[in-house]
Amino acid sequence: MHLIKTLLRRKLNWVALPLMLLFGFTALLAPWLAPHDPEQVDLSQRLAAPGAGHLLGTDHLGRDILSRLIWGARVSLGSVLIIISLVMLLSLVVGCASGFMGGITDSVLMRICEVFLSFPTFILAMFLIAVLGMGMTNVVLAIVLTHWAWYARIIRSLVLGMKHREYILAARVAGTAPWRLFVRHLAPSILAQLLILATLDIGHMMLHVSGLSFLGLGVQPPTPEWGVMISDARQYIWTYPEQILFPGAMIFLAVMAFNIPGDTLRDSLDPVIRAEEV
Amino acid sequence: MRNYILKRVLILIPLLLTVSILVFLVLRLGANDPAMAYLRLSRIPPTDEALCAARQLLGLDRPWAVQYLDWLWHAVRLDFGNAYVTGAPVLARILYYLPNTLYLAGVSLLMTIVLSLPLGILAALNKDRWPDHLTRALAFTGVSMPGFWLGFLLVMLFSIRLGWLPPMGKGGVSHVIMPAFTLALMSLCINIRLMRGSMLEQLNTRSVLYARVRGLSERRVMGCHVLKNSLIPVVTAIGMHIGEMLGGAVVVEMIFSWPGVGRFAVSSIYNRDFPVMQCFILMMTMIFVFCNLAVDILYAWIDPRIRTGKGPDACI
Repeated sequence: MHLIKTLLRRKLNWVALPLMLLFGFTALLAPWLAPHDPEQVDLSQRLAAPGAGHLLGTDHLGRDILSRLIWGARVSLGSVLIIISLVMLLSLVVGCASGFMGGITDSVLMRICEVFLSFPTFILAMFLIAVLGMGMTNVVLAIVLTHWAWYARIIRSLVLGMKHREYILAARVAGTAPWRLFVRHLAPSILAQLLILATLDIGHMMLHVSGLSFLGLGVQPPTPEWGVMISDARQYIWTYPEQILFPGAMIFLAVMAFNIPGDTLRDSLDPVIRAEEV
Repeated sequence: MRNYILKRVLILIPLLLTVSILVFLVLRLGANDPAMAYLRLSRIPPTDEALCAARQLLGLDRPWAVQYLDWLWHAVRLDFGNAYVTGAPVLARILYYLPNTLYLAGVSLLMTIVLSLPLGILAALNKDRWPDHLTRALAFTGVSMPGFWLGFLLVMLFSIRLGWLPPMGKGGVSHVIMPAFTLALMSLCINIRLMRGSMLEQLNTRSVLYARVRGLSERRVMGCHVLKNSLIPVVTAIGMHIGEMLGGAVVVEMIFSWPGVGRFAVSSIYNRDFPVMQCFILMMTMIFVFCNLAVDILYAWIDPRIRTGKGPDACI
């Protein structure tokens, strides 16, 4: 409730939040919203101009661009949702284990994190995809593997910061079992912080997914994905420039729709995280 | 200071060793058989005998630990093996393309610094007035802009519509402007906001208030107190930007057909040319790690609290 109030106080969110919902619904209802089958090839209709039959025209294989954009929302948001959940899960386990147990577990886990953090993210993701093979599943895997370490470190510092707060000490003195201490007293606060961090990162991850797809390493054609669409359209930049405009605008708007609320929420982050972020 | 630098360099040795083991293991654990890729790229029909021979040639029949140590022994002597496609030494190929990438990334970094500092300062000094709103809107747009879209938009405007700048390739100064700007935009926008934020924070500190109370001129207050201290977070962020730029350069090189190492790496991924990929990721990680080291040293030099191990709180 408090978060929603914070969000609505900033005027930009009055645009961003509905846009975010719009993208969400588009992704959810894609099969019913799309006027055509996004993968249906019709060579007689290739590169048709926007008009009555195809509202935004067709691409080089005669596929309806509007339908592909709509389905693209599903691919983009869906993959990011999976990525974020997996990153959260992995980093929560590692971060909490590290923060709680301390000692050798902590130093081993943190060394592992350091190793992962010493790679440039996008290049490590490229490398992993090169080894694992191209395609959606491996993109998800690669992005999870390149992003968890940063979160794990933040969660660890959160746990360390909270471990010694008075209400936790009080609960411990009262003889609360460790798992109960975690579930009742630590997890809610950590999760709230994590959720904010995740919102901040959704836009960034979307750019990663579509960037990899643009390079031909991610989502494979004919799956309708915005990055793939830009890559397909690049050869028509001289003759049919609008082919590049539409999918790019979708990525831009979607990323912006998530970045703006994320940025507002940044200010309500725990000071521990804010220090870590810089 | 010397001890601090020594300590930081020594930490790097185990770190880089682990990185190399990880890269090696990932390659071996992957679903692709390097011997198979080798045969395919050398256009030898993959019969059982040929596979056996290729395994022997590439040393894949030995235990992993032996393979790794052998590889490491060669790698420290700067021998990263031969590319499957061309048969030429990998390092020579990478070093052939690398200067182009470093040139591109260097110009981008320069653009980031030269543009972000004045814009950030301008925004901070005019807080909540139109220059502030304008730069913030710009920064917001910039961080949401996919580089591979921006690149094409620039080409459409400056090459196709106006005919001012060449759309692709490497040549004179005019060739580097669009790729470098595309690469710089993300870091540039992050930096503007960082500079603005840290400047505003510094303006509110007691030391600035005290300097004003002492009657120092506004120029002196800004130069000696505010600006110097507000640069600290910006310097730290540069290390992060370099990492982003090394990755972003791959995309930018693809858009503008820039003859850099990223484009070479992507084609090696399509070909499953494992030695090239291995050398590429290790090179990029080394560059990233050493840049971060340089940033850390710079940071410690600006802010003595870091190297003495006393946190920022020690001064309050």
